[in-house]
Amino acid sequence: MSGEIFLDWCITIAMIFLIISFFVTTYRVIIGPTLPDRIIALDMLVGIAIGFIAVIGLKTGYYLYVDIAIALGLVGFLATVALARFVLERGISASDAASQDKNKKGDV
Amino acid sequence: MDYIAGILVIVGGFFALVASLGLIRLPDLYSRTHAASKAGTVGSGLMMIALAVTASDTGTAIRALAGVLFFILTAPIAAHLLARAAYKVGYKLWDGSVADEMAQSKQTDQ
Repeated sequence: MSGEIFLDWCITIAMIFLIISFFVTTYRVIIGPTLPDRIIALDMLVGIAIGFIAVIGLKTGYYLYVDIAIALGLVGFLATVALARFVLERGISASDAASQDKNKKGDV
Repeated sequence: MDYIAGILVIVGGFFALVASLGLIRLPDLYSRTHAASKAGTVGSGLMMIALAVTASDTGTAIRALAGVLFFILTAPIAAHLLARAAYKVGYKLWDGSVADEMAQSKQTDQ
């Protein structure tokens, strides 16, 4: 097996992994249950998008997107920091506190 | 070089998959932070390194590696800030958690 065919297969498999993790992480964003859960899932989505950019750059040879990946990483970091500050300022919301108590009963 | 890049890409994809499974399966916010920040960073970082390995010119490779360095620097900061903010405003740990070392420091603060 030559190197290029091997790399092609690896890219396909990695793409499948990335797609699965993208959907699973999106599911966590949708179901929550609390705001910090959603924030951490959105942070993870940025990481997956960077992975997509790297894999597509490998596949097509458009290395231009590497700069966009770096900018996206910066934006994701700043967004997470800003949302963390928001959580700190706002405190725990009533609906989050309620869903927390519900989870507690379910686990026991 | 193609073989190295292929293996790096698959391992990176596997790490991203494990991170997202941890995100969906782990019981509370703090353990989810642990999965997403560590495994997620390694996943995207390995794929960027694979791109750096196959890149034909040095500039692209260096930019990709600088990106990896940047993600490794920022991901723990973001995760720490978020977990600390959530802990301070009173999001509870999972009932099965065995250690809560910040509970004591919170009491001494007050």
